[in-house]
Amino acid sequence: MSTTATETTTSYVPAPETLAAVLTRGERPPRPSAWSASVTFGWRAMLKIKHVPEQLFDVTAFPIMMTLLFTYLFGGALAGSTTNYLQYVLPGLMAQSIIMITMYTGVAVNTDIEKGVFDRFRTLPIWRPAPMVGYLLGDMLRYTIASLVMLTVGLILGFRPSGGVVGVVLGIAVLIGYSFAFSWIWTMFGLLLRSEKSVMGVSMMVLFPLTFLSNIFVNPKTMPTWLQYFVNANPVSHLVSAIRSLMAGKPDTGALTLVLVAALVLIAVFGTLTMRLYNRK
Amino acid sequence: MTELAVETSGLVKVFGENRAVDGLDLRVPAGTVYGVLGPNGAGKTTAVRMLATLLRPDGGEARVFGRDVVKDADEVRRRVSLTGQYASVDEDLTGMENLILLARLQGYKKPAARDRGAQLLEAFGLTDAADRQVKNYSGGMRRRIDIAASILNTPDLLFLDEPTTGLDPRSRNQVWDIVRIVVAQGTTVLLTTQYLDEADRLASRIAVIDHGRLIAEGTPGQLKASIGAGSVHVRLRDAAQREQAQRVLSRELNAPVHLEADPVALTARIAEAGDDQAAAERAARALAELAADGITVDDFALGQPSLDEVFLALTDRPATIEENAA
Repeated sequence: MSTTATETTTSYVPAPETLAAVLTRGERPPRPSAWSASVTFGWRAMLKIKHVPEQLFDVTAFPIMMTLLFTYLFGGALAGSTTNYLQYVLPGLMAQSIIMITMYTGVAVNTDIEKGVFDRFRTLPIWRPAPMVGYLLGDMLRYTIASLVMLTVGLILGFRPSGGVVGVVLGIAVLIGYSFAFSWIWTMFGLLLRSEKSVMGVSMMVLFPLTFLSNIFVNPKTMPTWLQYFVNANPVSHLVSAIRSLMAGKPDTGALTLVLVAALVLIAVFGTLTMRLYNRK
Repeated sequence: MTELAVETSGLVKVFGENRAVDGLDLRVPAGTVYGVLGPNGAGKTTAVRMLATLLRPDGGEARVFGRDVVKDADEVRRRVSLTGQYASVDEDLTGMENLILLARLQGYKKPAARDRGAQLLEAFGLTDAADRQVKNYSGGMRRRIDIAASILNTPDLLFLDEPTTGLDPRSRNQVWDIVRIVVAQGTTVLLTTQYLDEADRLASRIAVIDHGRLIAEGTPGQLKASIGAGSVHVRLRDAAQREQAQRVLSRELNAPVHLEADPVALTARIAEAGDDQAAAERAARALAELAADGITVDDFALGQPSLDEVFLALTDRPATIEENAA
């Protein structure tokens, strides 16, 4: 491979005619739409997965581990049997795993800024949020993979949602939509913080309390009152209630409305902050 | 009056305590290579980043083809392209994927994007490397894919930020050839460099900046002329005669004589500007005086001052000071 590299370097002589031919000043294609530019950045995220498939480890092995761990470790003690517990915990575990992996968006943004390619994107006359939306579109694919992996493991272990296929699909759709909104927190931190490590650090500090102090693992009624206040106010609890209700075939409109409002607020606040940082960087 | 590609007045950018760009006035005529020369940390990159709409100025004004870089940023972005100091392509992607990505972002449809990518790879001698990840490219190839990406839509103004830093001589020559061709096709090139010979060879005008300020501006010839007609370089046979030679030269040339690191070499700058004829005559007289004093001269040369000497004269320190320190 390196031999080829050397040959290409040494034999290349810039030819005026060939170069002049590519330096045309013909009519430029029209500026791409916001959607088309975002999808193109999403395509870039897919190419990165193609070239570095190891990065799918966190959306495959990690969720499998979580499912097995919590089902078998706590199932017997908390719900009498692992299969009973699985019916309760799996929708929540899905939410936890996906919310956890949203932080890699921040890491990806941060790593990109360190490199010159970000400058290139910022000097292109395109819809400004497109690179950010592109990251998130690529990440939605990752969230989908993680959800399907967990669903498969769950089904094998005995997860039998009464909402059927429709309920499960709707549940996963709500989860992925919410994660899209939630990821804007990390695009902001990715632009704000100096290093990849600090992005990871902040993400952990936010994500651990947010996912564990929720209704994912146990019914909040078993908790001390002061903790119940936090757990019941935690947006992750509402998300989990909404997904559970959809998968159980009894949609909880109250929780669904709260999830929708939370998602819109997240995009409005963190999307705006992200774009301010992106433009000022 | 020729059109101006870039016009700045009192441009300022402050990072904390550091006034990286401190009241910079530039006028870059369209259709030329314009060199911005200065040592590391002089503010070259910061200035370019403001002109390319990547940084917001803290003061002053900057216009690119008459458009304000802040108020009219999108219009400026349509006309400029930047090849940064570090590879401005995605190293995880292949050369072809990078070009398709950028072509798509500039409105090419899928097949057209691929055609344009293939055409550019061909023109830059990268067809064989089309399907390899850019991180496996050599330094010269990386620069070429970078420049190819910058001219995907032929820009009216191309910023090249230290395009040859870290390249081997062959790759550097390739980049120089590319720059000449790009300019011949009507694109203005604004090139920053810390290599004086690079600015000398490529640029039709040069701005010398230091500490974020313009300290000299003109054609390479004007800059050289501004500090004196030229330099006299002398090599003696016997190092023991050097001090004596220094006295003679200093008297005859009426200029300070610099002792080189080489124990037999001396250099003197001829003080007055402009008159090359007088300078040559005085140099000849000095040579005769050396011979009359019994000093054996092995080599005697009268040359135009190099831009290194220009830089030294303008800033009172060598242009390559950072490199020596490193």
